[in-house]
Order: sequence, then structure tokens, then C-alpha cells
Amino acid sequence: MKKQIAKLVVVENTPLNVKHNLLELKSHSPLTEMLPGQFVEIKVNGSESTYLRRPFSIHRVDYDKNTIHLLIKVVGKGTKSLSELEAGDSVDIIFPLGKGFSITENEEVLLVGGGCGVAPLYFLAEQLHRNGNTVNILIGGKSGEDILLHDQYKAYGNVFISTEDGSLGEKGMVTAHSIFSSHAGFGKIYCCGPDGMMRAVAHYAEKHKIPCEVSLENTMACGIGACLCCVVESVQGNVCVCTEGPVFESSTLKGWTVENEIGCSLD
Amino acid sequence: MADLTVKIHNLELKNPVLTASGTFGYGREYDDFIDVNDLGGIIVKATTSKHREGNPYPRMAETPMGMLNAVGLQNKGIEYFVREIYPKLTEYNTNIIANVSDSTIEGYVNVARKMNKLDHIAAIELNISCPNVKEGGMAFGTSCPSAMAVTRAVREVYDKTLIVKLSPNVTSITDIALAVEEAGADSISLINTLLGMAIDSEKRKPVLSTITGGLSGPAIKPIALRMVWQVSKVVKVPVIGIGGIASASDAIEFLLAGASAVQIGTSNFIDPAITIKIIAGIEEYLIKHRIAKVKELTGALIT
Repeated sequence: MKKQIAKLVVVENTPLNVKHNLLELKSHSPLTEMLPGQFVEIKVNGSESTYLRRPFSIHRVDYDKNTIHLLIKVVGKGTKSLSELEAGDSVDIIFPLGKGFSITENEEVLLVGGGCGVAPLYFLAEQLHRNGNTVNILIGGKSGEDILLHDQYKAYGNVFISTEDGSLGEKGMVTAHSIFSSHAGFGKIYCCGPDGMMRAVAHYAEKHKIPCEVSLENTMACGIGACLCCVVESVQGNVCVCTEGPVFESSTLKGWTVENEIGCSLD
Repeated sequence: MADLTVKIHNLELKNPVLTASGTFGYGREYDDFIDVNDLGGIIVKATTSKHREGNPYPRMAETPMGMLNAVGLQNKGIEYFVREIYPKLTEYNTNIIANVSDSTIEGYVNVARKMNKLDHIAAIELNISCPNVKEGGMAFGTSCPSAMAVTRAVREVYDKTLIVKLSPNVTSITDIALAVEEAGADSISLINTLLGMAIDSEKRKPVLSTITGGLSGPAIKPIALRMVWQVSKVVKVPVIGIGGIASASDAIEFLLAGASAVQIGTSNFIDPAITIKIIAGIEEYLIKHRIAKVKELTGALIT
């Protein structure tokens, strides 16, 4: 899968709420094949404080329309500037980067996404559904407005929601959702979200001997394995999240197989 | 067509554009974006005597027009380099330069001696300027006696072109440059990163795990340019300019200040094809200004 630098054109930039946008980018040449969990690096123009590219998970690929969808959360100047892009604007992008999720076949699987961590899960749910899996998607957030685009997942699986304030779905942390106690025997768990949430889910998976893949979002500079800035400690030592990940089997990450200390461990 | 060739001691470069160590991996990271063989040469990630895990994450902080890094020389050591990395490097048809670092003089000598036996390693760049390791690295490059000692020791075991990469974190860059020239350096490259720091005010914590790190990117270019100009006036050996180069005009500024060649570093992260664009831009400049050879630009600053 050859990486490329390209200029893509904004088709649509849809605000989902005050903090999130869905950015659809079109390529003039046919899009290369991409995998769920892979990411892109976007150059943000116009500010000296946004010198480096910004990495984003691929939310969805529409090969018919030749577009890539990205879910953007505004956290700083770079993402703010991307949220203000308009249709017709051009975006300097490098893609596809990293290793994606491994797609299992004919199993019952659980996808867990927290906040903007749902970004790669749409693409993943689509592929898992296509490969004959029974897909369960659990989405968590602080309140109802943090649960992004939850209706779109229904085409590919059962959707479960939890919010900390109880405004949508079950009340509580995503990791306290009843699906963990009511369902048994997932063939695989896929997870993307805040570090503490992923560690808790990984711990649950370990305890129940379920293979678990997590997608990390370490700070990056190059995105192509040259600078060695984004490393995570794995059983093989420090490895680049941008090339060896961002998706890792949680059992290969050092310190991820012990009970976490953030108070949301799962039985 | 303008003549882009330059010579660094015995090293013939097809053009003056090299890549800075630690920003270009071992070349293959960039194969999807450019033909690495089109470059004057590549300086690969630092190799030390023993395997090093580097510093803990977080190792990077973005800063205005630049970044801080605290990678800490992560690499698998010289034995692994010779066995696993070198064979792949021999497939390239350009100059491969190895960056050599360590925490002791014996370590530097060990790596240099082994590099000396590798036919496709055209030169070594002695890294006495890494700010991100507790021992060695920059400690050697910030005093004249230690810079001389390590250069002299490596000179004794290394026959090919020996480049010494200087740290800007010194009081007098010219004193260090003269010291390593006297100790046997065939060329001097500068600058390595500037020691810096970033703080997260919300968390009241340093951004980097090591608290301090090395600043690179366009933010450091004026300092680099000044140091290249100062050093090239006092040494006889060719100088290689490094520091925030992001365009052909940046590169030309370094040549005018006295550099014979340049290294592109952090800009590779923003545009993985920047090196090729810089080479093309240098050629355009030469044609536009009716200059036959790029060599004529070295030190051609009008003052």
C-alpha cells in the first residue's frame, strides 16, 4: 500500500456540534485501498504555531465517490482551522498511514468507542459486517451531544450507548455498560478512545481471554516512522505508533495487561 | 543545465542536498515519496555501540515554527546495523553517511571502526552534539578538549571522510570548530538542535518526559546561518549547513554563508518530498542567475 502526498478538495465540511466536524475530501485520481484503523496526516496552513501535520483516523472511505471522510474534534488551533475549511478548499494530505485493525470473519465482535475515538469505527464496522461478523458497537461519551453519528452504525450492527450524565443510553462510564456483563463470548474486541478507557477494556478482554485491538493516538511528528517521536513501550521495546500501529493487540503493549488505576476496571 | 556537484573532502556529491540524521530514518521510510538516489546523500539515524531504547514518551513538543524532540538516540546498536540495516542501504546508489554517537570515547571508536569496514558507508558524521542523552553526546561537543579527544580517537581508526557535527549550545562555536579541525575532521556539519523546553501551563508540567529537548525547524534558521557563516570563515575544511532549511532559497542562503552542502532535517516531516524540490529550486536559481556551478555559491556572500 503505497503512501502518497496529495491535494484533496473539500466536498463538504459538516459541523456535528460545537466541537466536532465531519470533513469529506475528494481525490481526483482513484483512491488507493485503505484499511480501517489507518490514518492520514494533514498540513494545516496559515499559522506559525501549527507547524507539524495533524494525524486523523480514516472515518469512512467512499470508493464510488472517491472521497475520504474524517471526524475532526476541535482541540487547538490546527483543528480549529480545519473545522473552518469550506467546500472547494484544498487540503494537503499524506495517506494511507500505519497499520489498521485486523478484520476477523464470522464472529461476534464488540467495538468500543469513546468520544472522538469512534472516528475509525464506522469504517471498521462496515468491513466487519461485510466479512460476516455479528457487530456490536458501544459508544460512550460525557453527554448525549458527544455521541456522534450513532444512527449511521445501525446499518452494520447493534448500537449501544452510554453517557456519563445519562442524557442518552445507559448512565455511567462506557466501561460500566451492561453489555460487558450481559453478553459473553465475544470473538474479538476493537477499541478506540481515551487511554484509561482502552486500558479498562483491554483488561476486561485479557480477563475473558478475548483478543483485543486498541488504536493509540500518540503525538506524532512525521507519521512515517522516521522521527521516532510517537513511540509506545511494547513487549519488543519502544516501537513507533505511526508505523507499527496505531492499532496494536493490547497484549503486546507493556503495562496494559495489569489492572488499571483509573477506577473503571471491568469484571 | 547547471553543475550541481560538490565535493566534501573525498566525497563526491551529485548535488549539495543531504538529509539530516534522525529525520530520514534509513532512507526507505521515504521510498514511497521520492527516489532517494536523486539526493546528494543521506545521513542515516545515529548508531551507537549498544542497543538504546531512547527516552520515554512523550518525546516531542510542537513549538512556533519548529519542534522539540527528546528521542535520545534510540537505535539497535552497531552489530544490528551491520547485520540487518547495512545490506538494505547498499541497494541505494547515492552516498550513505552514518551518524555515529555514544556515551564514551571507546564506544565512538568501536562504532567508527566497524563502519570503516563497510564499503557502502561513504563517510561518518560524528555526533558530539545530541542534547538528549545523560552521558556523552553533547557533553563531548561543548568543550574543546573533549571534542578534540573524541575526534582524534575516531580519526585514528577511521580512514574515510570524517565529518564532525557540532552543537550550537556553546559559548564560542568557532573555538570548537577549530578544535575538531585540528583533531582531524575532514568536514564540519552544523548545527545540531538547540537545547530548549516546553511547558503545559494547564497541567503545570513539562511537555517532554526529559523536561528539556532539542529545538529544530525554521525557528532555528537564523542562528544556524550565523554559526555557519562564523565557522566557515575560520576553518579550511568544507562546512555542511544544517538548521531549519525548508526551501531552495534557505539552502542557497547557507551556501552563500559558506557551506559547501546542506542537510534537510525537520522539513522532511512536513513534506516528505521537500529534498527533491530543494534540488530543483537550487538548479533554477543557478540558471536564473547565470551561475555555471553550485560550488561558486559557497561563501559568495557580498558584505
